Amino acid sequence: MSTAPAAGKHELPRVHYLNIDYGIRSWLFTTDHKRIALLYLASISFFFVLGGLFATIIRLELLTPAGDLMESETYNKLFTMHGIAMIFFFLIPSVPAVLGNFLVPMMIGARDLAFPRINLLSWYIYTLGGLFTLFAMASGGVDTGWTFYTPYSSTYSNTHVMATALGVFILGFSSILTGFNFIITIHKMRAPGLTWFRLPLFIWAHYATSVIMILGTPVVAIAIALVGIERLFHVGIFDPALGGDPVLFQHLFWFYSHPAVYIMILPSMGVISEIVCCFSRKKIFGYPFVAFSSVAIALLGFLVWGHHMFVSSQSMYAGMVFSILSFLVAIPSAVKVFNWTATMYKGSVMYNAPMLYAMGFIGLFTMGGLTGLFLSTLATDVHLHDTYFVVAHFHYIMVGGAIMGYLGGIHFWWPKISGRLYPEGWARFSALVIFIGFNLTFFPQFVLGYLGMPRRYHAYPPEFQVLNVMSTAGASILAVGYAIPLVYLIWSLRYGLAAGPNPWGAKGLEWQTTSPPPTFNFPETPVVDEEAYEYYPMKEAEVV
Amino acid sequence: MTPDASPMLAGLAAALQAGVPIFPDQASSIARRVDLLYYFLTGVALFFSALIFSTVFYFAIKYRQRSPDERPLPIHGSLSLEILWSVVPLLLTMVMFFWGATLFYEIRTSPSDATTLYVVGKQWMWKIQHPEGQREINMLHVPVGHPVRLVMTSEDVIHSFFIPAFRIKMDVLPGRYTDLWFTATKPGTYHLFCAEYCGTKHSAMRGSVVVLEPADYQAWLTGAPAGETPEVAGARLFRQFNCHTCHEAGPTSRGPSLHEVYGKTVRLRTGETVAVDDAYLRESILLSNAKVVAGFEPVMPTYQGQISEEGVLHLLAYIKSLTREEGKGAQP
Repeated sequence: MSTAPAAGKHELPRVHYLNIDYGIRSWLFTTDHKRIALLYLASISFFFVLGGLFATIIRLELLTPAGDLMESETYNKLFTMHGIAMIFFFLIPSVPAVLGNFLVPMMIGARDLAFPRINLLSWYIYTLGGLFTLFAMASGGVDTGWTFYTPYSSTYSNTHVMATALGVFILGFSSILTGFNFIITIHKMRAPGLTWFRLPLFIWAHYATSVIMILGTPVVAIAIALVGIERLFHVGIFDPALGGDPVLFQHLFWFYSHPAVYIMILPSMGVISEIVCCFSRKKIFGYPFVAFSSVAIALLGFLVWGHHMFVSSQSMYAGMVFSILSFLVAIPSAVKVFNWTATMYKGSVMYNAPMLYAMGFIGLFTMGGLTGLFLSTLATDVHLHDTYFVVAHFHYIMVGGAIMGYLGGIHFWWPKISGRLYPEGWARFSALVIFIGFNLTFFPQFVLGYLGMPRRYHAYPPEFQVLNVMSTAGASILAVGYAIPLVYLIWSLRYGLAAGPNPWGAKGLEWQTTSPPPTFNFPETPVVDEEAYEYYPMKEAEVV
Repeated sequence: MTPDASPMLAGLAAALQAGVPIFPDQASSIARRVDLLYYFLTGVALFFSALIFSTVFYFAIKYRQRSPDERPLPIHGSLSLEILWSVVPLLLTMVMFFWGATLFYEIRTSPSDATTLYVVGKQWMWKIQHPEGQREINMLHVPVGHPVRLVMTSEDVIHSFFIPAFRIKMDVLPGRYTDLWFTATKPGTYHLFCAEYCGTKHSAMRGSVVVLEPADYQAWLTGAPAGETPEVAGARLFRQFNCHTCHEAGPTSRGPSLHEVYGKTVRLRTGETVAVDDAYLRESILLSNAKVVAGFEPVMPTYQGQISEEGVLHLLAYIKSLTREEGKGAQP
């Protein structure tokens, strides 16, 4: 059913970006976008494992209604650090900084990003921000929640708010630089013939994401800086005892942090477009609609932040405006889902692991999106706000959506990144385990939320226990699902079969060069004379 | 995992026997209507989830690759389909919006005959004051069938007052008043949660709402030790802080009279007008010279840090009592 690449047919190229130079210096001073992508891959994987570890302890604590595994203070620090590690240090950089860095220049036929040294700088900034945050975690942790709500964060918390806030503040600059680099690269460095409407949808998604990174990130940096100023110098900004306004912080924070959700999901949507086309052997259904829906999501995403604040004392009429705008952003998301599904129609569908991840993404993102409607609806949000329903909803989007897309992309481009094939059977198995484990973990949380269990609760009334035990049991399956790829991907680096330039028979410029590619990607600049995803008619020469 | 696993397993077994709950109690006038909207949303969500899952599954099987030489025909898209699957979701979401917004309007607009109770949240407890003088901590007794309005503020960080069985929630903020109302419809004891993360013992900031039949409620009112009513406590504070020396000194007084002002509009020194509501009175007590009434000098000392949030609420209750009934319609 799937195109099994002929074993032993290929050999790795003699010189490529991985073996052109050796030693720690060749990595730490590299300006090759592909090597920087791997630096990011290592860093964000570290934070993913760390965040996952925190999640494991949280789920163990919630097995019982009483808070008996640890003190409340410890629990509060764990969910805070889980959120900070996962959102700021894993999800936001995941697809853009790893796959985007690796693929944006290759997909447009460029030698590198427009500013290779700034690209390296962005990784160093990320690392510096990460070190501050790790220092805060190691020296006692922080307990404000990843949302840093004032005046708790600015006046009341006695934990390492400053070090963490500084870490997140610094990290923001890394996002901004990456966004700039992508936008300029996409504008100025496309191969001859590669017009805007011939671009892979992965590029459109990254362009939209970059716009959000540039426009949104400064605002959260300002909000965090103001918290720091209030904490250090007691200037009344957010704390009413000093003459400030605590709700102002929520406006500033969500003005970035809601669009940040789209920073996490849009790049994954780009990945899904590539995968679905490749493994259906079809052109994307409705190219301009999928492309412009990314732009629409990025723009509308900036106008919905107030839906986090329906019960915050924000005016009732402001609530209504934010409610209707939030419904509008659901439309381009729905359009994408329908177009991906329609792309499979009359295709030639293969069940390779990336396709399984993509189908999982479509299903889970749909459920995440539909449950978002419950939260845009004012009257139901009053009840559901700050309950486990919200926790379940955003995990469906961020874990079911963003991480499924990320893992699908890692598998899809693994042969290009490493030059070797991963074991297909294990990969399909782990995709299935992750899908099942994910649903078992988070579906019960929707029910818990409607029952009224508030989020961030260390201890809870006993009638919520059964659903919490189900969730924890699911999480143990999910953890196994995540561990399997970690093992076989590392195994494949040494023992995987050589992949050849294009093991999937995929379209796109990145598949026209060797795997792994040479340092400057293409021996000569490719010329594009067709639209994206022109799977058929296919020239024989392209079936490598 | 836990040092003592057997009670945990016993508790779990008991819970399993009782069945896994899916819906919370419906114990307020709006609970049933919020649930109706929730069923509608669930129906839409189930329909579209089933549609997408089954279509993806069906296409994956029907159009599976049977030979690597297959040549699927290119399909570029369909404008009519794009319009269909944009417009149908748009119409459905607009139904959700209007339904949700009209119900939200009711949730946020308290009826004029509601009894007002005061709530002060602090790390990590709820303090409640009844108009008849009863005070409670982490407990709220209310009669069935009568609207109750809560005027709430916080002494420290942001909290959120959440009663799942009533389907209502409102954040409780330092430095301002928020309000919330409900009519309980079913006697019983229900959870009261703090829903906004507020620090170390956030999950211990819980309590119970006890809904009583009117007769039982009267019995509770007479049985519970009643302290001063808010008006009486406010009148005492009014003397204690010497407010009366300026505000009740007749025509020559240095401050405006507080009789018959609540719910009215006053002109300020700046020429602006302002409605005399809870928020304005609170500000005028704590940051006295922020908005001074026309014809008076900004000479009043500030009382920030000297009067507790409960004390301010008592003073407001006293000032309100200086205005005849018809003027009390205004709300913060």
